[in-house]
Amino acid sequence: MTAVDTAPPAHDAVAPTLRGATAPPLARLVDVELRKVRDTRAGAWLLATIAFVVVAMIAAGTAWGVNATASFGSFVSVQVMPMQLLLPMVAVLAVTGEWSQRGALTTFALVPRRGRVVAAKALAVLLVTLAATALSVAVAAVGVLVGGALHDVPVAWDLTADQAARALLIHVVSVAVGFGLGVLIRSSAPGLVAYLGFVLVAPMLSAIAASYVAWWASHGLWLDLPTTLQAFSAPQVTGESWAQLGTSTLLWVGVPLAVGLRGLLRTEIR
Amino acid sequence: MITIDALTKRYREVTAVDDVSFTALPGRVTGFLGPNGAGKSTTLRLLTGLGEPTSGTARVLGRRYADLPNPGLDVGVLLDASAQHGGRTGLETLTLAQRTLGLPARRVDAVLDLVSLTAAEAHRRVRDYSLGMRQRLGVATALLGEPQVLVLDEPANGLDPAGIRWMRDLLRAFADDGGTVLLSSHLLTEIQMVADDIVVIGHGRVVAQGTKDELLAGAGTLVRAADPAALAAALTGAGFTAAPAADGAVTTDAGLAAAGAAAFAAGIAVTELRAGDGASLEETFLALTTDTQRDTLDRASGAAA
Ligand SMILES: Nc1ncnc2c1ncn2[C@@H]1O[C@H](COP(=O)(O)OP(=O)(O)OP(=O)(O)O)[C@@H](O)[C@H]1O
Ligand SMILES: [Mg+2]
Repeated sequence: MTAVDTAPPAHDAVAPTLRGATAPPLARLVDVELRKVRDTRAGAWLLATIAFVVVAMIAAGTAWGVNATASFGSFVSVQVMPMQLLLPMVAVLAVTGEWSQRGALTTFALVPRRGRVVAAKALAVLLVTLAATALSVAVAAVGVLVGGALHDVPVAWDLTADQAARALLIHVVSVAVGFGLGVLIRSSAPGLVAYLGFVLVAPMLSAIAASYVAWWASHGLWLDLPTTLQAFSAPQVTGESWAQLGTSTLLWVGVPLAVGLRGLLRTEIR
Repeated sequence: MITIDALTKRYREVTAVDDVSFTALPGRVTGFLGPNGAGKSTTLRLLTGLGEPTSGTARVLGRRYADLPNPGLDVGVLLDASAQHGGRTGLETLTLAQRTLGLPARRVDAVLDLVSLTAAEAHRRVRDYSLGMRQRLGVATALLGEPQVLVLDEPANGLDPAGIRWMRDLLRAFADDGGTVLLSSHLLTEIQMVADDIVVIGHGRVVAQGTKDELLAGAGTLVRAADPAALAAALTGAGFTAAPAADGAVTTDAGLAAAGAAAFAAGIAVTELRAGDGASLEETFLALTTDTQRDTLDRASGAAA
C-alpha cells in the first residue's frame, strides 16, 4: 500500500487538441443572457408587469389625461417614473439571479472569463431597456391618437428628440444603478431593496437633509443622483445639471460597479 | 487528462487542500475518495477555475481550466446538482448551456435521453425536481458538449440503486471510449465499484493513491500493539510505510518477519501480527473518518515525513 505518497510531477506531454478551440462570441453570450432575463417565473412576471404598467398608464391617460390637446410629450414623460422603478429591477435580478440560485457555478464553469459574462449581462439589460423604452413611446403614440379622437381634441406631437433622448437617458442611468448594485450585492432581495432605497428613499432623505443643512441644499445635487435625474424630465436642462449627472453617476454607478466587479471577478464561486 | 500538482488552498486558518498532487488518466476512472470536509469539493473547484489556489497548479488537457476557450466542449463539470436555478425548467437549463456552447438544439434531446429524463420531466421546474433528478440533469449538462474529460463531485448522491448502477455504467463506458473521469465520493464502496485508480484524501492531504488493485490487494502486513503511534514510528524508522487501521492496528508494506523485527528492535510488544486481509484501503479510510484515529494518523504521517 502506498501511504502518504505523492505522484511524481507528470511530464508535460503535448497538450491534446481541444474540441472547444474558440471562445463563444459575445453576441452568443448576450443572446443567452437575454434568455435568462425572461425564462424564469420571476423574470417573466417582471417583464409582463412592465408591459402592463405601460399599457395601463397610457389607457388611463387616454381616458382622463386629455385636456385641450392630447399631448404626446406628457404621455411619454408620465411613464418615466414607473419605468425608472421597474426596469432596474430587471438589471438587479439579471446579476443576482446567478448567485441567489447558485447558477453561477454552471455559468462560470461554462464561461470561465467572468468579465465576458458580466459584459453580456450589461448588454442584455441595455437591450431590454431600449426595447422597453421603444415600447412605451409606441404605446404613447397610439394612446394620444386614441385620446385625441375620443375627446375630439387635436393631438400635439410635442415630444422633442432632445426630450425623448433624455427619457431614455434616465432609464439607462437608472438601469446602470441597478446593475451596479446587483454586481456589488449579488443577492436578489437585498439588491432589490438597495435599488428601491436609491430611487425612493434617498431623494426623501436628501430633501430632509437639504432643509437642515445649507451646504447640502446648495451642493447636494452633485451627489444626489435620483434628484438630479428628475431635472432631466424638464423641457430644458442646464449645463450644471449635466455636470451634476456626471459626478453623481460616478458615485452611484461607478463606485458600486468598480467595487462589485473587483469582488465578482475574484471571489470563489461555490 | 487531469494533472494536479502541489495544489494548496488556505482559507485564513483552515488549510482545505494541502499540497495535493495526482493525475487522472484518459481511459480510466479516477475515484477521489475522502470523508466529509476532506477537501474534495475545494480541489474540484480549484481544478475548474472557480477558485484560485493559494499555490500549486491544476491542469486539464495540459492547460489551466480558465485558459480553455470553450471548456464545455472539452470538460464536463458537475460540482453541485442543487446549484441550479429553481425557476427554470430542466429543458431550459439545458438549452441555456447548449446555446452558450454553440451546439445544435438536438443535443439537448440527446442528453435528456442519455440521462433518462422524460419529456414531461424536462418541462417541470427544477425547483420541483428530486435530488436524483437534479443529479441526472447535472450529468446531462456535463455531457452536453461531448467532452473528453468528466469532473463530477459526488454524482451518486441522491440516486437510487438503479440510478447508481446507471451512473456506474455511464462512467465506465465514457472511460472505455478513452475519456478521463474524475469523480469524488465519501463512500468507499461506491468508488470501489467504478474506479480504476483511487486517490484518498483526508484533512486536505493525499493519504493514499494508486490503482484500485494495488490499494485493495497490496494489503501488506497488519501489526497491532498497545501504542500504535510508537509502532508506526518504529516501522517508518525502519524504512517501511505505516498506515493506521481502524482499531489501533497499523498496516505496513513490510513483510511479516521484517515488521516483527522492527517492532522488536523498538522494544514494542506486538499483540497481533498477520498478513493484511485485503481491506487495508477500508481501514485507512475508516481511520480517516474516525476522530479518535485522527492524531494517530497525523503522528504516523509526521513521522514518515
Ligand atoms: N470558503 C471557505 N472558507 C473557509 N473554509 C472553507 C471554505 N471552503 C471550504 N472550507 C473548508 O475546507 C475543508 C474542505 O471542504 P470541502 O468542501 O472541500 O470538503 P469535501 O471533501 O468536499 O467534503 P464533503 O464530503 O462534505 O462534500 C472543510 O474543512 C471546509 O470547512
Ligand atoms: Mg464536497
